[in-house]
Amino acid sequence: MGLAKRVIPCLDVTAGRVVKGVNFVSLRDAGDPVEIAARYDDQGADELTFLDITASSDDRDIILHVIEAVASRVFIPLTVGGGVRKVEDVRRLLNAGADKVSINTAAVQNPALVSEASGKVGNQCIVVAIDAKRGAQGWEVYTHGGRNATGLDAIDWARRMEAAGAGEILLTSMDRDGTRDGFDIGLTRAVSDAVGIPVVASGGVGTLEHLAQGVLEGGADAVLAASIFHFGEHTVRAAKRYMHSRGIEVRL
Amino acid sequence: MDIAVVDYGMGNLRSVSKALEHVAPHASVCVTDRPADVLAAGRVVVPGQGAMPDCMRELHARGLAEAVVEASRSKPFLGICIGLQMLFECSEEGNVAGLGVLSGTVRRFPSGRLDASGARLKVPHMGWNEVQQAGSHPLWAGIAQASRFYFVHSYYADAEAVASGRCTYGLPFTAAIARDNIFAVQFHPEKSQAAGLQLLRNFVSWHP
Repeated sequence: MGLAKRVIPCLDVTAGRVVKGVNFVSLRDAGDPVEIAARYDDQGADELTFLDITASSDDRDIILHVIEAVASRVFIPLTVGGGVRKVEDVRRLLNAGADKVSINTAAVQNPALVSEASGKVGNQCIVVAIDAKRGAQGWEVYTHGGRNATGLDAIDWARRMEAAGAGEILLTSMDRDGTRDGFDIGLTRAVSDAVGIPVVASGGVGTLEHLAQGVLEGGADAVLAASIFHFGEHTVRAAKRYMHSRGIEVRL
Repeated sequence: MDIAVVDYGMGNLRSVSKALEHVAPHASVCVTDRPADVLAAGRVVVPGQGAMPDCMRELHARGLAEAVVEASRSKPFLGICIGLQMLFECSEEGNVAGLGVLSGTVRRFPSGRLDASGARLKVPHMGWNEVQQAGSHPLWAGIAQASRFYFVHSYYADAEAVASGRCTYGLPFTAAIARDNIFAVQFHPEKSQAAGLQLLRNFVSWHP
């Protein structure tokens, strides 16, 4: 027995509220990040990821209050991403109670941000999020929520970010995100094999078997999903029991 | 003050203080960078994350090293992550000297190692791993043998003489240390859900 594969529910937050329709029965307030986080914690989530999708920069500080409130109630690791541009953003999120901060677009625009942030707070706190789309050859990195092509090869980029000081890669397939067709296993496997840091697979989970495939076929160290948990189709605990039945080591 | 959480300017101390407040709602928990507070507190917690050379530099810069060593000799003392590693004589991370409370060297996990199934062992060792308790200790009270705790680290100690908990990640390492009034853990109890909170609960009522 050894290190367990992690199951990570992802919450999209804007202006302090969870969006994309979390639909648990029996929640008093389906938009309250603290209540939802506590629910996933009860279900045995190994970690939680918050994606701040707030459009207005005026409202950026709200995520800090959200994280503070969650961190006072839920005692598992918290990762926060979205709109992280500067080392100061990283520091403020960590001080609010985040354990890891995820950097996506800003890493492409300014790769030095990753090394600078990692040097300041340690690589264990720095996640580089890669949004990748399948192209004629391999996979290309996209930024700005998947809108802008960069010309960067996703596997090369993952290696570069590891060298720059990333402690983990959060890898999302833009082709699969929202489809419920399962992870892009080829992408997951290629990146996982290319780097020596943990890889979190994301994008496309529609069934519990998809979660197992991410680990067994994709070689992911952790699997992230949103909708299958949010709509109450499956609990995190059921997901982990299923993965365990497929021979995957999990924390039950 | 009941519990001092030593603040030397590195990383996330809020999680540690929040978890202590959660398990000991009537205790006064103070995050402090003043040596006098550390010396006056009933119990001392030394958390830590980031790079060991930075941690040691900041500890010395704030004049906290002597107070931490004194606390490690005289009162219930809990080291967490780098707070465990700094108790040793030195670390391979930047070849920096630690506090020398315990003998031994903190080493880096070798990269590129494979597990039993041939999968590559990633560094940092990040996630929930099983801790084998080596004998009973008040801080393990109410925590099942082989419970999982949350780890995130690239360096480890191997100190069999003082081991109170063991873990394996490609190689065996010391997950918890107990000696007299010192208990120190490589994992993060403040991030280890029920088992971690139970360990902290045990610490705040520990009378070594």
